[in-house]
Amino acid sequence: MERRCLDAQFKGVSTGTTILAATFDGGVVIGSDSRASIGGEYVSSKTINKVIQVHDRIFCCMAGSLADAQAVLKAAKFHLSFHSVQMESQPQVIAAASVLKDLCYKNKDELQAGFITAGWDRKKGPQIYVVSLGGMLISQQVTIGGSGSTYIYGYVDAKYRPDMSREECLQFATNALALAMGRDNVSGGVAHLVVITESGAEHIVVPGNKLPKFNDE
Amino acid sequence: MLEENEPEWLSEEVKTGTTILAIEFADGVVLGSDSRVSAGASVVNRVMNKLSPLHDKIYCALSGSAADAQTIAEVVNYQLDVHSMEIGEDPQVRSAANLVRNISYKYKEELSAHLIVAGWDRREGGQVFATLNGLLTRQPFAIGGSGSSYVYGFVDAEYRRGMSKEECQKFVVNTLSLAMNRDGSSGGVAYLVTIDEHNTEEKVILGNDLPTFYDQ
Repeated sequence: MERRCLDAQFKGVSTGTTILAATFDGGVVIGSDSRASIGGEYVSSKTINKVIQVHDRIFCCMAGSLADAQAVLKAAKFHLSFHSVQMESQPQVIAAASVLKDLCYKNKDELQAGFITAGWDRKKGPQIYVVSLGGMLISQQVTIGGSGSTYIYGYVDAKYRPDMSREECLQFATNALALAMGRDNVSGGVAHLVVITESGAEHIVVPGNKLPKFNDE
Repeated sequence: MLEENEPEWLSEEVKTGTTILAIEFADGVVLGSDSRVSAGASVVNRVMNKLSPLHDKIYCALSGSAADAQTIAEVVNYQLDVHSMEIGEDPQVRSAANLVRNISYKYKEELSAHLIVAGWDRREGGQVFATLNGLLTRQPFAIGGSGSSYVYGFVDAEYRRGMSKEECQKFVVNTLSLAMNRDGSSGGVAYLVTIDEHNTEEKVILGNDLPTFYDQ
């Protein structure tokens, strides 16, 4: 009991987590698990949504310290809406990612948060950007993050193709999340998925019992 | 001021940070491993065969500290020879795994190695045993070593019971290739050993013959 409280005081609530994003032909799928734990021992929330909307067609997934990630995203949402008013148009996905990167890089000593930003804009279509812990920004076609991602590197490398259809990509993302949640004890709960295309964003929740099962004995 | 920075590999422990796996199919087992041995950031051997014979039809896959793993394998090899002379026939795979487990458990504080034991015997056919930390458990397939973390998802998704020998070999090679691509401590070539009732076949697959994936 004492140890658990100490962990919470020193480490804070952290999202031991699994997050991923993958582009398909015409859009992008971004998804996460829904478990928040304290010190890896106590599940403080079974149904937290780690996929946050920062604009109409731009979503972010957070990893690392929940508190830091939420604070950064709140600031980023504000910056982005201001930016979009100034530009008089929908913000580009890279704008959202850059805002996050600036915050993470300039405050790198105090923060412990990483993000996956995915979205669709008119200029470049579907894109994914990764902002890592120290503030690096790179673009990728498919990316995974969080503690649970270690276990699915092999699966993602083997199964991802850049030219999948929407349904294939959704199935790929659901499978990957289910596999990671099956092996990582700090990932679990339900799978939150958002599909972003030119026509908008669709949020899909797959409850634990409807997730695909793999060799569960 | 006149500090002499000796090379890392003189002081770092030699580990087979590695990827090893063994899988059972209808009539036997397939074992696979990479070939990298590292001492800190240096690769001190890029072609080491980590699949070590314990008996004619029983092999083990080494991971963890290179010295510890090799020593366990040699000791068990000797113990199995004695045992098989005593019983007058080929030893069971479970016996070999038990011998490995006994050493791993008794010396668990001093040793840091994980051996996967797999083979074929007349009584139970092909079997795979994991002996991590001194437990003994029979599994349809087992993966181990630092590279195995990256392929848990892949093997969970792709393993099916009742695969043929060729499908198993392909599965092992794919898994090794994926892990070697992601784990800094695994790499080099892939070694494969296939054991069934009739023979024990050793194979090497060189780096450029390994399967590649969408980003290579």
